[in-house]
Amino acid sequence: MALIKCEQVSIGYEGQTVVRDLDFVIEPGDYLCIVGENGSGKSTLVKSLLGLKNVEKGHIIYGDGLKQNEIGYLPQQNDSQKDFPASVYEVVLSGRLNSRGFHPFYTPGDKREAVEKMELLGIRELEKQSFRDLSGGQKQRVLLARALCATRSLLLLDEPVTGLDPIVTGEFYQLIRRINRDSGIAVVMVSHDIESAVKDASHILHLQERALFFGTTEDYCKSRIGREFLGGVHDGNSL
Amino acid sequence: MMETVFEMFSYPFMVRAFVVGALVALCSALLGVSLVLKRYSMIGDGLSHVGFGALAIAAALNMAPLAAAIPVVILAAVLLLRIRGNSRIKGDAAIALISTSSLAVGVMVISMTTGMNTDVYNYMFGSILAMSREDVILSIVMAVIVLILFVFFYHKIFAITFDETFARATGVKADLYNTLIAVLTAVTIVLGMRMMGALLISSLIIFPALTSMRVCRTFKSVIVNSAAVSVVCLAAGITISYVWATPAGASVVIVNIAAFLIYSLIGLIRN
Repeated sequence: MALIKCEQVSIGYEGQTVVRDLDFVIEPGDYLCIVGENGSGKSTLVKSLLGLKNVEKGHIIYGDGLKQNEIGYLPQQNDSQKDFPASVYEVVLSGRLNSRGFHPFYTPGDKREAVEKMELLGIRELEKQSFRDLSGGQKQRVLLARALCATRSLLLLDEPVTGLDPIVTGEFYQLIRRINRDSGIAVVMVSHDIESAVKDASHILHLQERALFFGTTEDYCKSRIGREFLGGVHDGNSL
Repeated sequence: MMETVFEMFSYPFMVRAFVVGALVALCSALLGVSLVLKRYSMIGDGLSHVGFGALAIAAALNMAPLAAAIPVVILAAVLLLRIRGNSRIKGDAAIALISTSSLAVGVMVISMTTGMNTDVYNYMFGSILAMSREDVILSIVMAVIVLILFVFFYHKIFAITFDETFARATGVKADLYNTLIAVLTAVTIVLGMRMMGALLISSLIIFPALTSMRVCRTFKSVIVNSAAVSVVCLAAGITISYVWATPAGASVVIVNIAAFLIYSLIGLIRN
């Protein structure tokens, strides 16, 4: 059974539809990249997947043991966190809140989990440091660790490499690949970076209000829309 | 020195001022950290002006001041949050609109009934003599409630303060906790404003959090430090007010400014 199945989903703001008649599935272990231009409805779709925005039409069905609040979400960078006084450990641990329910305090199991995830992402030694003192790449790792604490089956990353330098971006992609391959956690990534998307992802959803394309990456590269979009990027680079 | 302290505590009104002040300082420091970090600082200021208007009307109608003001300010707090969430008028403008309106209404009501007298002055700038036995009981009850709720929901408050979107996505009922924080802030402000003054009470919310953030690097240490700084500054301020007969609210704010400067200096040296 699919982790997430979208059936004829339309989403909009105050009567204006921004995503229309969307159909796609996310299977366990998939690596799906959602690409498309600014304003193509990517962020709106993310909000609906997370349950932060209701769909106008259609259904989003969660399956295979995934609950809506168990998606490991890595949000777009947020300015108000720049000077936030919080230790790395506090931030990572807050990913465990969804398994707490009404219970007010973290269990030793939660704390172990947070430590494990920090070790997995190589940020254990930053544990006591303040989030605001970290570099951009380190911050993203911390937020990724938090996302991993919140999920067992699906990561949802919203433009995770915006503002990172090329080397750090490369490392971050590598990390995501490793998590996807080794832990079998499905990855859904909203991205501007079509070239990397095509390199890493198993599936592509190309959004332009409707789904211009949904399928495997291989098919996407052969499709007309895929060739056009990729070609456009290459042209852009050659300037 | 000790003599002055003993003398000070021999007056029941001073004991009441200390008890209420310390509890209000504690609660406002705890709530303030979250409010400041969420960029809601001005809500405290807005609510205190609404409180001023409500107190003025309550006095004109011969109602119990707290019983009348608390529900009105709670309502205003919930309203301000709503406006911030989804509005045509932007958040800061909405707060300015509501706070100046309430201030104007309050001043009008007072000038039409008792006239512009010491009451107005006391409401605006606070009075150390204002605390009754009833206030002491109420502030103890309120402080206990705030502390219990704060400890109980500490991790959720951290989550919605740090990253509300993520918190919502992982099933935290952010609206509920935002409303809770707003309501507790409203009650704290009403309790504190007659001592600190409508114009100065919001400093108790903002200063301790900002002061602690100069030096502390984790959320927990900011919280604990804010609470401590706030209570110490309040005690020092009231003592100054007693010894030199200065207005209580202004004295407390002056001590808070001093604490802020000292912490800023420590923060600078450390870096």
